Amino acid sequence: MVEVAPADARRQGLWGDAWQRLKRSRAAIVAASLLLLVCALALVGPWLSPYTVEQVDWTQATLATPPSLAHGHWFGTDANGRDLFARVWVGARVSLLVALLATIVSVVIGVAWGATAGYLGGRVDGWMMRFVDVLYALPYMFFVIILTVVFGRSLVLIFLAIGAVGWLTMARIVRGQALALRSREFVEAAIALGLPPATIIARHIVPNVLGTVIVYATLTVPQVILFESFLSFLGLGVQEPLTSLGRLVAEGALEMESSPWLLLVPSTVLAIVLLCLNFLGDGLRDALDPRQRR
Amino acid sequence: MLRYALGRLLGIVPTLLVIVTAAFFVMRLAPGGPFDEEQAIPPEIEANLQAAYGLDQPVLVQYGRYLQGLAHGDLGPSFKYKDYRVSELIARGLPVTLTVGTLALLLALALGVPLGLAAALRHDTALDHAVMTVALAGIAIPGFVLAPVLALFFGVKLDWLPVAGWEPGSVQHMVLPVVTLALPFVAYIARLTRGSLLEVLQAPYLRAARAKGLDRNALIRRHALKPTLLPVVSFLGPAAAALLTGSLVVEQVFGLPGVGRYFVQGAINRDYTLVMGMVIFYAALILLLNLAVDLLYGWLDPRIRHG
Amino acid sequence: MTSAPLLRVRDLGVDFSTSQGVVQAVSGVSFDVRAGECLAVVGESGSGKTQVLLACLGLLASNGTARGSALFADRELIGAGERSLNAVRGTGIGLLTQDPLSSLTPHLRIETLLTEGLLDRGLATRAAARERALQALRDVEIADPESRLRQYPHELSGGMRQRVALAAALMCGPQLLFADEPTTALDVSVQARVLELLALVRSRGVGMLLVTHDLGVVAGLADRVAVMYSGRIVETATTDELFRAPKHPYTAALLAAVPRLHGVAQSRLVGIAGDPPQPSARPPGCAFAPRCGRAVDRCSDSRPELTASAEVSPLTTAQGDSMDGRAWPITAVACHRPLQDRAEIA
Repeated sequence: MVEVAPADARRQGLWGDAWQRLKRSRAAIVAASLLLLVCALALVGPWLSPYTVEQVDWTQATLATPPSLAHGHWFGTDANGRDLFARVWVGARVSLLVALLATIVSVVIGVAWGATAGYLGGRVDGWMMRFVDVLYALPYMFFVIILTVVFGRSLVLIFLAIGAVGWLTMARIVRGQALALRSREFVEAAIALGLPPATIIARHIVPNVLGTVIVYATLTVPQVILFESFLSFLGLGVQEPLTSLGRLVAEGALEMESSPWLLLVPSTVLAIVLLCLNFLGDGLRDALDPRQRR
Repeated sequence: MLRYALGRLLGIVPTLLVIVTAAFFVMRLAPGGPFDEEQAIPPEIEANLQAAYGLDQPVLVQYGRYLQGLAHGDLGPSFKYKDYRVSELIARGLPVTLTVGTLALLLALALGVPLGLAAALRHDTALDHAVMTVALAGIAIPGFVLAPVLALFFGVKLDWLPVAGWEPGSVQHMVLPVVTLALPFVAYIARLTRGSLLEVLQAPYLRAARAKGLDRNALIRRHALKPTLLPVVSFLGPAAAALLTGSLVVEQVFGLPGVGRYFVQGAINRDYTLVMGMVIFYAALILLLNLAVDLLYGWLDPRIRHG
Repeated sequence: MTSAPLLRVRDLGVDFSTSQGVVQAVSGVSFDVRAGECLAVVGESGSGKTQVLLACLGLLASNGTARGSALFADRELIGAGERSLNAVRGTGIGLLTQDPLSSLTPHLRIETLLTEGLLDRGLATRAAARERALQALRDVEIADPESRLRQYPHELSGGMRQRVALAAALMCGPQLLFADEPTTALDVSVQARVLELLALVRSRGVGMLLVTHDLGVVAGLADRVAVMYSGRIVETATTDELFRAPKHPYTAALLAAVPRLHGVAQSRLVGIAGDPPQPSARPPGCAFAPRCGRAVDRCSDSRPELTASAEVSPLTTAQGDSMDGRAWPITAVACHRPLQDRAEIA
C-alpha cells in the first residue's frame, strides 16, 4: 500500500493520479456529464419553457395536459394547469441547492469534529466519538422532523437541520484518518515547532483528509436529496409556492391514476440525479481512496 | 454473556436520559405554544389549558414530572388528540407498525441474502448483473416513489390487492405495504451480501480451506457463510432505524393506522408531547435492537464474543 | 535419489490479467520434487515463488491463469477441474501458509479445522477423527490437546497457531507438503520450533516444497534449492553446492546479504542495490542485468537459458527435457557469465 504523502509535497502527483484514474472510469464520467446537464437545466431550464412556473395555462381543454411538443408543455401540466417542465427544473434547483448547502454544513461540522477528536485522541476522542455513536444509533430522520416541528418549515432550516444531523459518518471517517496522521513525521515536526493544535489541525490534518472528504461529500449529496424529498413527500419539507423534486413526486402520486406523467417525470429526474451521484461517488472513491491504490 | 447483556441493557438508560432531556428542553425552547393555532382562545381558557397540561409550572418542575411519568411508562397527554395519552396512541399503532416492519425485514433478508450469495458465487454472470441492476434500482427509486407506483399497478390497474387500509389479520392488506417497505432493503442487502462474500472468497483462510480439498458446498457453508453475514448483521441496526423511517411513508401512502402516522400527524400539527413521546419511544426501540444485533454479532464472530 | 519424482513441474507459467494488461508473474519454471525430499524455492518477495505453489494447487487468484505442466503422481494439475484437484488437495499435497492467523478460519473451532477434511471425505467417524486430531496436536507438541480442540484460532498464540495449521495440513496424510514462508510471520524464538517440526515431518518421509526468502531456513531444511528471480529460476543446485559455490551472481549477492547471525529473518535484501524489475517491464535480456556487477552488453540483450553446469552429467536444458523419466538437472544456472569458483565472489 502506498502511503499518502503530505499534501504539499505530492499534491500534484496525488490529484493528478486521481484525475487520471477517474477519467478511466466510464461510469463516473457519464454520471458526471449527466449531472452537469441536470444542473444546467436546473439553472436555465425554467427559462427555456414558453411558460413560467406559476402561470396557469387556461387555453388547454383540461387543466392537467399530457406531455406534447405541440402546445409547448413538453412534460405536460399539473393539476392546476402549470407547466411541468418549468416546475421540474425549479424543483430540481431547490433539491440540489438544499443538498449542496446541507452537505457543506455537514462537511464543516464533520471534518472539524472528526479532525479534532482524531488529533487530540485519548479521553477527548473517546467522549467525542461516544457522542457520535449515540447519535448514530438513532434514526436521524426523526431529528430532522423534530427540528422542523420546533423551528417551523423554512427552506434554510431544512438544510441546516439535515446538515446538522448528517455529519456523523464524515466525522467517523475523518477521525480515523486524523488518528493515523497524528503520528506521522510532518505532524510531529509541527508539534515540535510549537504550533497550536488548531493550526496543526487546519494546516496539516485537514488538507490530508481532503480526498476522502470529497468522496464522502459526494455520497452525502444523494442522501440529503433523498432526505429532503422524503420530508417534502410527507408534507414536512418545502412549502408552496416553492417546490422540490420530492414535493412534485408527492403531488404526482395524488394524481397518478389520471395523470401518470406527474409522478413519472419528477421520479425519473430524481432517480437520474441519485444514480449519477452514487456512480460519481463510487468513481471518486476508487480514484482517491488510498486503500484502493495498488 | 448474560451479565454482558444486562450491563449493556443498563447502559441504555443514561443514553436514553440524555435523549429525553435534550428532546424536552428543545421542545420548551421552541417559539410559540402548542395552542397557538386554535384561534382566539380567551386568556382564561388558555390559562386553564396551560394548567391542565401543567404548563404553568416552572420548566424544571415540568421536567421532573415528565421523568416521573416516564418511569411509569407514561409519556404525557397528547395536545391534539384530546383525551389520549401518548402511550395509548403508541400502544394502538405499535402492533401494525411492528407487524409490517418485522415482516418486511424478514422478507428483505429472505430475498436479499440468497440473491446476494447467488450473485457472488456466479460472479460476472447474467444472474450477477441482474442482481446488481436491481440493487442499483434500489438506490435510485426511493420508497415514496415505489409505494404509489405499486399501489397504482397492483391495487388499481390489476385490482389484485386493496390499495389502502388495514384489517387485523388480513393478509391481503399486508402484502403491498410489506413488499413496498422491503424492496429497497432487498436491494441493499443483496448488494451487501454479494460484496461481502466476494471479499470473503479472497480471504487467506478460504484459500487455506480450499487447499484442504473441501468440496464447494462445505467450503461456502462452513467457512464463508458466517463471515459473509457479519456486515449484514451490522446493517440490521441501521436497517431497523431505516425501516421505521420508511414506515412513515408506507403508513401514509397505504393508510395504515401505525405509529408512523401519528408521528407525522404530530409533526404537522406541532403536537409537542406526541412527537417527543414518539422520539423517546423510537430511540428506546432502536437502542434495544442495536443491543440485540451486537449480541448476535458475538455469536457469529467468536473473536468479539463477550465473556 | 533414484525414485521417480513425486511432483514434476515443467515449463510452468503464471499470468495475471490486470488493468495494465497481462502480466507474466512466472515463466518457464521446471523442477522435480522426489518423495521424502525437500526442495526450497528461494527469492525476494514478488519473484513469483508463492504463485508456483498456488498454481500447482489450482489456487491462483481469479485473474490468474497457469500454463505448462505439473504432474503429481501422474496426475496433471494444471488446468484440472475442481473435482480432480480436490482429490489431490489435502490428501496428496498439504499446504502450510505464511500467516497462521489469517489462514485459520476465525469462527471455527480447532477440532473442526482439523477434522473436516477426514469427515467430509468419509475417511473417519467423528470419534476416530477426533482421536486423529488429538494425535496430530501431540505430534506438533501442543500441550493439553483436549482443551485446544474446543478453542478458536484467536485464542492460541502465534507459534501455536502455526503448529495447528501444520497439523491441519497433515491430517489427511499427504505425501507432499507445500510450505509457503512457514516461519516468516513468527517470532524468532518460535521459528526454530516450527523448523524443528518441519524437519521431523520430513524425516517421516513427507516430501516438501518450501518457499522462502530466508536462507537460514533453507540451510537447515532443504536438500536442494531453486533460486527464483523475477519469475524465473536462475539457478538450481544442492543446498551444499549452492552455499559453497553459487554460480549465479544473484545467488552470490543473496548469500552475501545474509547477516552472520543465523536464523534472523530478512524482510529486505539490503546487500543488492536497486529493485527487481516490475513484471510488466522486464528488460529483454537477463532480468538481473541492471543490478549485476558482472553484466556485459550481451546480458541486457539476450536472456540466458537455464543450462546444466558442466561438471554434472550432460543433462539437457528446459526445452530439451521431455517426460521421458529423466531427472531434472540438479545443478543448473541461467547466466551468460556464471561465477566459476568461490574466489570470484568478492
